Amino acid sequence: MNRLEELLGEAFPGDDVSVEDRTGGGDHFQVTVVSPRFDGLSLVEQHRLVYDALAAPLADGTIHELRISTKGTG
Amino acid sequence: MKDQIQQIIEHEDVVLFMKGTPQFAMCGNSQRALDALRRAGAPVTAVDILPDPAIRQELTALSGWPTIPQVFVRGELIGGADIVEVLEQSGELEKTLREKLGDEYRGEERVVAVA
Repeated sequence: MNRLEELLGEAFPGDDVSVEDRTGGGDHFQVTVVSPRFDGLSLVEQHRLVYDALAAPLADGTIHELRISTKGTG
Repeated sequence: MKDQIQQIIEHEDVVLFMKGTPQFAMCGNSQRALDALRRAGAPVTAVDILPDPAIRQELTALSGWPTIPQVFVRGELIGGADIVEVLEQSGELEKTLREKLGDEYRGEERVVAVA
């Protein structure tokens, strides 16, 4: 969970980022990001930015299930 | 297999790549996406990705989307469970279905196998 927060913090510096371990098992996460980078982007594009930030834990199996909530600031 | 997946995405009106089948979803997110599509009355063509790990690999290579489920309408990636839920709740999903498929978009659910 800390690693996910770190990665998101690097990808969205200064933005509102939160990570919730939904089951307490360390592999089902709810990620919420509010960033001006999302302004004007489609939801697919917004989620792609989050997936890019979390590419490593997605690829190595750390994340078994991911729920994403994104919001622009505009 | 890649060509087959591409064909399904391009030729089916609404495709849901999911874990399991509409009758028995094997994953909460697949169920959430299916439920949202059903509420919107989408004519869902479901593809179970579980029978062969290569299905998911080829799909993700095509779409650039790392997780399952994935929903396509007329060849365009609409998103995963979270996006489809948001779009359904805001009425955007129904609007998109109407725009892309016409006012009479509602239809039967069906299952297509990839091998």
